[in-house]
Amino acid sequence: MLPKLIFKNIFRHHLRSALTIAGLVVAILAFGLLQTVVNAWYAGVDMASANRLVTRNAISLVFPMPVYYRERIKAIDGVTAVAVSNWFGGIYKDQSFNNFFAQFAVDHDNFFDLYPEFITRPDELLAFKKDRRGAMVGRLIAKQHGFKVGDTIPLKGAIYPGNWELVVRGIYEPKDETTVTRQLYFHWDYLNEEMKKRFPRRAEQAGVFVVQIADPSRAAELSLRVDNEFRNSLAETLTETEKAFSLGFVAQTEAIVTAVKIVSFVVILIIFAVVANVMAMTARERLAEHATLKALGFSPGFIGALIIGESVLLTAIGGALGIALTFPVAAAFKAMMGSMFPVFYVTAHTVALQVAAAAVVGLAAGLLPSIRASRVRIVQGLRHVG
Amino acid sequence: MAAAPIVSISHLSKSYRRGDQVVPVLMDITLDIPEGDFIALMGPSGSGKSTLLNLIAGIDKPDAGVLLVGGEDITRFGEAELADWRATHVGFVFQFYNLMPVLSAFENVELPLLLTPLGKRERRERVETALDLVGLTDRMSHYPNELSGGQQQRVAIARAFIGDPAIIVADEPTGDLDRKSAEEVLGLLRRLNAEMGKTIIMVTHDAHAVESARHVTHLEKGELIAS
Repeated sequence: MLPKLIFKNIFRHHLRSALTIAGLVVAILAFGLLQTVVNAWYAGVDMASANRLVTRNAISLVFPMPVYYRERIKAIDGVTAVAVSNWFGGIYKDQSFNNFFAQFAVDHDNFFDLYPEFITRPDELLAFKKDRRGAMVGRLIAKQHGFKVGDTIPLKGAIYPGNWELVVRGIYEPKDETTVTRQLYFHWDYLNEEMKKRFPRRAEQAGVFVVQIADPSRAAELSLRVDNEFRNSLAETLTETEKAFSLGFVAQTEAIVTAVKIVSFVVILIIFAVVANVMAMTARERLAEHATLKALGFSPGFIGALIIGESVLLTAIGGALGIALTFPVAAAFKAMMGSMFPVFYVTAHTVALQVAAAAVVGLAAGLLPSIRASRVRIVQGLRHVG
Repeated sequence: MAAAPIVSISHLSKSYRRGDQVVPVLMDITLDIPEGDFIALMGPSGSGKSTLLNLIAGIDKPDAGVLLVGGEDITRFGEAELADWRATHVGFVFQFYNLMPVLSAFENVELPLLLTPLGKRERRERVETALDLVGLTDRMSHYPNELSGGQQQRVAIARAFIGDPAIIVADEPTGDLDRKSAEEVLGLLRRLNAEMGKTIIMVTHDAHAVESARHVTHLEKGELIAS
């Protein structure tokens, strides 16, 4: 009888229930979307591997390091591979956001060995390695700009002045949905050769070194050993895990991420107040019914369960609809935002958070009204009728 | 030889607080109600008749005095014990029926049986019999808002006796009904008293309703003035 009463009570006031459920749907949906935005912000961090370190100039990322550091890092016990990676910062077509994508000059021989999350075709990878002007482009930008193997991509250098033409030799795919494929990779050798010709003083320089280590548990020790190797040199280094390196970028926009997080929880707080008010109103309206049930011999616990059950069921319906809608709305949002969020999908963790938020709202909103309903004095409650 | 009292009240008092003021509602009431009686409690508004009914039904507690129902001092019961006692010993009929609007007539009558160990089939049989007795077999699946006032009160009466309580308390059972419906309801209460031996304690203003009772007790300003 308890479940039947709870279920029937929910639909006593159609409009009120519909509006409350609509509010819950919007709140849980907004919460899920905002959480997904936060996750998207950390996409690069999620992609980071535990067995990769990044070495950069200790002063700042904008200062390069001599490329010969590569060999000295490689010689450190525990390091299995090292690859150069230089931010190129070229302009494709124009400086509009839609045409922006990251380009890196990398060690073509081993870079993709260090990043197994980029799935490449062997023949394309070989063609890339053989062609000095060859480039590997991620599936996301290939799709966005219609790049095909054999296409030439003209770039206007901003950091490295001049016109650059790269030939697409392969398109790499993401291993899973956490992998970002919004980058273009080309030969560091090609960049270096051009620099030798155009600006010799800028040749033989590396932006960062991606350092692969055999044992992730030795990350801290090996980071220190790399940095000690270049202590008191002209270009001292700062080595950290790839995750910490990526988090450093996110930290620059931490205030925005924090604001988004706060807003997502404020949305839940607001819907909590709405549902709590609805449940308080409901309990007050049914004072006489609760008093009658108590007079008939039903326990205060039964009365309390009626209210809290209704609150939980209401939020369960709204929550379930909100969660179900999060997936198509997130997909539409991703399509609308273009390449701004290369990795934008609703994670299991986000769904779990939505479920938890709905459950907390349902229980908390119904708690006080259910306690008050269960404590109603029969005589007072019956007087409420007439 | 007179029947043993099912309700035995001795020097019962009850007052309410209104702000700082203590308002006496019942003063030194002494009354016996024999088992199987049909008693009407009459009196002007504020005379304390509903309060006395609530005390007998175990939904309120006195300040002083002795109140034995079926030989048990119910004033000593805790909340949970009192709830169990009400479920098995008392049936309620209210002026405004107090049916659950989201439950059908069948489900409303079934409510008290949910507190018993009876199985679904047995509950169904009992509810059907009760609704047959009040002449509402054809209204079983109807909701309260689909029934007239008289029909709703008949459902409430079926709910009151379905658990086979010894006492049925009725607070102004005809107060919200037209004459014809009131007569049907009173007829049912008389049948419960005469054929099933239920003790009926009814609060009423209605002189016509009083005619159904075997005894009439008057209250005024919280005191019994005549029986």
